[in-house]
Amino acid sequence: MKKLIALKFFILISLGISFSANSAEKVDLMTTDWTFKGLFGKFDRASLQRGYQVYTEVCAACHSMKYLSYRNLMEEGGPEFSEAQAKAIAAQFEITDGPNSEGEMFQRPAKLSDKFVMPYPNAKAAQAANGGAYPPDMSVLAKARKGGVDYLYSLLLGYEDPPIGVSLDEGVHYNKFMYGNKIKMPKPLEDDLIEYSDGTPATEEQMAKDVVTFLMWSAEPHLEARHKMGFKAIIYLTILTLLVYLSMRKIWSRVKSEV
Amino acid sequence: MSDHNYVPKSRVAKWFNDRLPLLTLANHLTDYPTPKNLNYWWTFGGILTFCLITQIVTGLTLAMHYIAHADMAFESVEHIMRDVNYGWLIRYIHSNGASMFFLAVYIHIFRSLFYGSYKAPREIIWILGIIIYLLMMAAAFMGYVLPWGQMSFWGATVITNLFSAIPLVGEGIVTWLWGGYSVDNPTLTRFFTLHYLIPFLILGLVVLHIWALHVPGNNNPVGIDIKKPSKDTVPFHPYIVVKDTFALLMFMIIFAFFVFYSPNVLGHADNYIEANPMVTPAHIVPEWYLLPFYAILRSVPDKLLGVIAMLSAILILAALPWLDTSKIRSAVFRPLYRQFFWILVIDVLVLGYVGAMPAEGLYLLVARVATAYYFIHFLVILPVLGFKEKTIPLPMSISEPVLGGTGNLATAKNNKHLD
Repeated sequence: MKKLIALKFFILISLGISFSANSAEKVDLMTTDWTFKGLFGKFDRASLQRGYQVYTEVCAACHSMKYLSYRNLMEEGGPEFSEAQAKAIAAQFEITDGPNSEGEMFQRPAKLSDKFVMPYPNAKAAQAANGGAYPPDMSVLAKARKGGVDYLYSLLLGYEDPPIGVSLDEGVHYNKFMYGNKIKMPKPLEDDLIEYSDGTPATEEQMAKDVVTFLMWSAEPHLEARHKMGFKAIIYLTILTLLVYLSMRKIWSRVKSEV
Repeated sequence: MSDHNYVPKSRVAKWFNDRLPLLTLANHLTDYPTPKNLNYWWTFGGILTFCLITQIVTGLTLAMHYIAHADMAFESVEHIMRDVNYGWLIRYIHSNGASMFFLAVYIHIFRSLFYGSYKAPREIIWILGIIIYLLMMAAAFMGYVLPWGQMSFWGATVITNLFSAIPLVGEGIVTWLWGGYSVDNPTLTRFFTLHYLIPFLILGLVVLHIWALHVPGNNNPVGIDIKKPSKDTVPFHPYIVVKDTFALLMFMIIFAFFVFYSPNVLGHADNYIEANPMVTPAHIVPEWYLLPFYAILRSVPDKLLGVIAMLSAILILAALPWLDTSKIRSAVFRPLYRQFFWILVIDVLVLGYVGAMPAEGLYLLVARVATAYYFIHFLVILPVLGFKEKTIPLPMSISEPVLGGTGNLATAKNNKHLD
């Protein structure tokens, strides 16, 4: 028993060390009331739809989303645009298809089955247009950064004037949450930069929250299904465990022993 | 199994059993006399079998959709996560399943250490277990490479580069392992092939592990030899089957929490970035279950000696039955060993912690002390302890109280449970 107490004490101390070590080297991230966290977490449909609007009107100028298709926008658990809306969204984009029967490539409006159109033809072109920095693909970005959605949210709102003594090169910006504080991406959001089609005031915080919610969905499109199934699975396992426990008690009652 | 004289009742079954004695085997497994005092630490053998089968089944399903090509692997994993029906579920079970597998195997190994299950006549079971553990590490490492994210790529680069420490032929071996001059497509395809093969090797070794177990029978918390069958034993079915099932279900609930509610918490964010040979991540760390050995590797300043230390840390376990000179199996009757056991547990946890930290300053110092202690435990403490330690008298059987009695609380408590 003494050993166990010692062990717990040790674990507590080591946890304490690890937390203090982590907090010493970085600033605390900002957060907001994400609806998709927790055991029953779900996406806020309206926020996802607004988030798509921020993505397509702001981010998509430089950032691709190559693993998403337009059909995803109408699928269950996502922004759930109607089929007509999703088709209309797709039709706004031109894609190169072909070759046709004459052997020619041709342009046509995008369909539901097409992947999101990329802003640049290739990574080199993207780098060339952005001062050498490649704007990362945003499909799984929310899972690809330590701190996840809180990090993305903080980064979007973390632009500041550089502190005195910090000099920045041309085309480099100061962000207090970026690794090394220097970022090539200019401050992307300003109040009323876009006009939300549902009339929500487009503050900087609102846009950041909406677009990060959208990015969480794009990284985990089956999050809602996962949460729902998880709840059922754990209820099922708990009941089964109880039944097996009672069977075990009954069976072992024939033997003079523990259990 | 040879002493079995089981005769099936029906004539057809008898005809079949005379030609292939599967029914005799089934009967042996059902009746197999098991010590009645096995505690819940003994349920992890069954849990590990479940883990292996789960990994094989989910792995086969993933392999139907995965593409082992440097340009397509990452995309095919995203395809599984997005477009394959329940692909996200299968992949999360597989990736978290690896962690649960190692969690269970560490408990299984430390249970063996505490109760002296590696001692005569169970040395072969133990050594087979160590080989299984080594293969598990190889399979897990190669599996982590397959999604071809940043950690996959750089982890593969770091680990394969260890072989370059071998004098004279090191560089050649690394090129041979890679199938080229850097980690690239040939590396990925061979890792996939081996990742597919190893679980079946493990499955074969598990059969041998269980076969070897069924010759002397299970060790037990008291660690004494028992007569089989006797009033100290119960038939495997239904007693152990129902108990193992209960423990397995508890384990599955924890497993489910990871899969459904924090499927990525045990992974590394960088592995959701596609592999890029031009960009090195700030910290390259292996999965949590390899961290103690990673810490040992980094605590030695010389590369070759570091690799030797890391390998020795695992291989030393195979010599354990002969390094531990005590005739008493269970730590319940070894008051000093019991304390050293817990110090070793803490030592390994410390190694795991510093393995995740940058190898500098205080972390490096702690890693060196913990590494030294790890080897001292096996090479000095265990051999000496067998001669010096004053052990507590053993009971005659599981059902009978200790002769002579003792003031030791743990023993008294244990005996209360047993009668």
